[in-house]
Amino acid sequence: MADQIHFRIRRQDRPDTRPYWQDFGIPDQTGHKVVSALMVIRENPVTLDGERVDPVAWEYNCMEEVCGACSMMINGVPRQACSALVDELTQPIVLEPLDKFPVVRDLMVDRTAIFSSLKKFKAWIEIDGAWDIHQGAPRMSPQTWRESYLYSQCMSCGCCLASCPQYGPHTDFVGPAPLAQVRLMNTHPTGRYNREERLHAIMAEGGLSECGNAQNCVRVCPKGIPLTTAIGELGREVTGQLLRDLFGKS
Amino acid sequence: MSERRPRVIVVGGGLGGLWASLKIAEAGFSVQLFSLFEVKRSHSVCAQGGINASLDTKGQRDSIWQHMVDTIKGGSYLANQPPIKSLCEEAPGLIRTFERMGVTFSRTPEGIMDLRLFGGVKNKRTVFAGASTGQQLLYSVDEQVRRLEAKGVVQKQEWWEFLSIVRGGDGTCRGIVAMDLKGLEVKEFRADAVVLASGGLGQIYAPKTTNSTNSTGAAASRVYQQGALFANAEFFQFHPTAMLGDDKTRLMSEAARGEGGRIWVPKTAGDQRRPKEIPEQERFYFLEEWYPAYGNTVARDVASRAIWKAVRDLGLGVGGEDKVYLDLTHLDPEFVDTRLHAILNIYRKFHGSDPITEPMEIFPAAHYAMGGLWVDFEKNPATGGLRCASPRNHATNIPGLYACGECDYGYHGANRLGANSLLSASFSGRAAGEAVVSYLRGLEQGADTVANSIFSSEVKRQQETNRSLLQAEGSENPYHLHRALGELMTTKVGVVRENRELDAAFGELQELEARSGCIGLGESSNWANQTLVYARQVQDMIRLAQVVTRSARERDECRGAHFKPEFELQIPADKFPGDPEFEAYREDWKHRNERWLKTTLAEHQPGGPKISFETVDTSVLPPEEPRDYR
Repeated sequence: MADQIHFRIRRQDRPDTRPYWQDFGIPDQTGHKVVSALMVIRENPVTLDGERVDPVAWEYNCMEEVCGACSMMINGVPRQACSALVDELTQPIVLEPLDKFPVVRDLMVDRTAIFSSLKKFKAWIEIDGAWDIHQGAPRMSPQTWRESYLYSQCMSCGCCLASCPQYGPHTDFVGPAPLAQVRLMNTHPTGRYNREERLHAIMAEGGLSECGNAQNCVRVCPKGIPLTTAIGELGREVTGQLLRDLFGKS
Repeated sequence: MSERRPRVIVVGGGLGGLWASLKIAEAGFSVQLFSLFEVKRSHSVCAQGGINASLDTKGQRDSIWQHMVDTIKGGSYLANQPPIKSLCEEAPGLIRTFERMGVTFSRTPEGIMDLRLFGGVKNKRTVFAGASTGQQLLYSVDEQVRRLEAKGVVQKQEWWEFLSIVRGGDGTCRGIVAMDLKGLEVKEFRADAVVLASGGLGQIYAPKTTNSTNSTGAAASRVYQQGALFANAEFFQFHPTAMLGDDKTRLMSEAARGEGGRIWVPKTAGDQRRPKEIPEQERFYFLEEWYPAYGNTVARDVASRAIWKAVRDLGLGVGGEDKVYLDLTHLDPEFVDTRLHAILNIYRKFHGSDPITEPMEIFPAAHYAMGGLWVDFEKNPATGGLRCASPRNHATNIPGLYACGECDYGYHGANRLGANSLLSASFSGRAAGEAVVSYLRGLEQGADTVANSIFSSEVKRQQETNRSLLQAEGSENPYHLHRALGELMTTKVGVVRENRELDAAFGELQELEARSGCIGLGESSNWANQTLVYARQVQDMIRLAQVVTRSARERDECRGAHFKPEFELQIPADKFPGDPEFEAYREDWKHRNERWLKTTLAEHQPGGPKISFETVDTSVLPPEEPRDYR
């Protein structure tokens, strides 16, 4: 096995069939990432037992950690397969579909839930129309920009949700990523016009209060987004909103 | 037209497709948006450095006119100029719209959008959001489209693959046939107009490309095979600074040079010392030496050829290999990190070393297709630019079929300037959307009038293709075919081209096409069968590569990214306008233009692409000044 890279992959043929495990080996070569290794496997999908099987299905696109497609569990950790360097992983490298999401096939999962939450929270800036009004948005300080830019890099990859103990079929918690987008939209100079509406949406069931502060999300986010900071800030906002709701606007 | 609200299909959810969807939906028509994946994963996210607009906020007296001149000359005059005129004029308004949508553009201390320098220009004109500008722009339009989706005007068909258009009895495009990538169901979708925004085709050069794995060009190839004209296919940009890699050559933004990065090689061939051990006087900053006026920010085609020359002709590649240094280590680390954070991280993660302390190793790689589906435009004689919202803008030669974004051929001519791609993707998407709205308003008969049988027979044809592939027990592996294709194109239809090689390449492509008819998938699953999808794409990529190769063979000159040394017209060394030698060169150059300043058109024929040429509209800036970055 010394000159082979050993993978143990959780397979699942269809959403409603039972998962099973298969082992694969590919010739050792420096510089492999999990995605490039999967590419080698699919060219000749023969297990270590010598059985010819169907190629492993998975999602990938940019291969440079900016599209968010190739999230999966790699040795138990949710991350992007394109940037997971094989040389830095313990073997056998265990690949499983991204936790908490319905499996489509093998390592492909359905992440519709993330986009539904973005819709629910109106994670967009209301504009009169996508035409030129001959002025831009209000100015923004470099400091505000720096903070916003942290959150605007979220690629909806789902790693934070997979790692969150509060997220999953057992609750209706929306998870960290969509909440961080509320933080982003609410601090935008015109996005803040809909701040109340978004705060009310995250005050509802499955919203902010479900966060158990496990801090897993910030540890796994491939973009280093300070998700718990966002959640903390939103907590203070929500408290303020609650008071305003109770005692009226002051 | 029936009472039913007209419906438009948009294929592709990158910047072009999303902008088109937005404009069509805003006008009150319903949009069905098809994508191979969640649209947020589109290749537009890979654009890093920025988007050009002459905002002139740096005290350099930059102007829209200068943006036009740089774009036209940067593309060696090959692009029609009225669309470029509108592109540059409307760029500032487009940026303001993006800003209102919430794009996190980087800021100056005063709180306005910052600008950086990019290649092929002398003024700071590139608006940016760190080094992830494409991602930020795409997300903002994605959010706006989601807003309309929540209102029910836009319906997304994600995880669907476009297979073909359906043309009615009169040849008009009346819908598409697509395949569900999960259940593999092949279905017809009627539409009163179709917009193709399927992106680039860099995968024909894989793995030596910066493109995402879904940038196969398969969709464009399919409509080409159904009669759409393909233009300027031979013009493919090789980005000078891509990382080395066996699985992909990842992009290192031109912004790295715009912010002060320098390209160099050791002066001594095969120098084995580490870069930091090589003293300044023993380094060869060849771009600065050969192009003193522009230095490291010379246009991309020129930079790529210079690197090629330094490495292949002079033998000065680092360690004797295909690589040169892109050096940021002399710059202020904090400044570099603020401005280029995203790409520094990519390099750190994928290469393992830190560009702040160690020069990066880079080499040119296939990056962007200037060519693409031929699209029309209507000129407004009063302005010299596009006639706003003309239904002719971005219309292919197939009525009812529009194209925008990288899959069309407009705007960039023979070479694209950096940071003009996010601009053209957005602008063309918007223009195509507006054109479709006008087309629909003038449409007398909708897709409802087309007989069911036309749709069902196309569905049947596509199902048959699937069935035969699933049952085939051929010996050819689609993944091996793709690798052979990429190797062939990289070696023979790359940075430097030769007719003998191109002839050989075309022959090999025909062999590859024949082999791709004997594919064995090795799996027969009827659920999320990725090999089936891949095999179909590979077949269409091979056919598109033939268009690129044949177009390259037909053009016996050097222009922009298309370089055939045999026909090179060299600028006389150390001679400048006014010198008799330069003026003689100018005359030769003009003479060449009479023959070759033409759009290449490829038409699908059973025996291979048929090539013809079309006149270019040079009404804004007549070709009097050859490109010269010295």
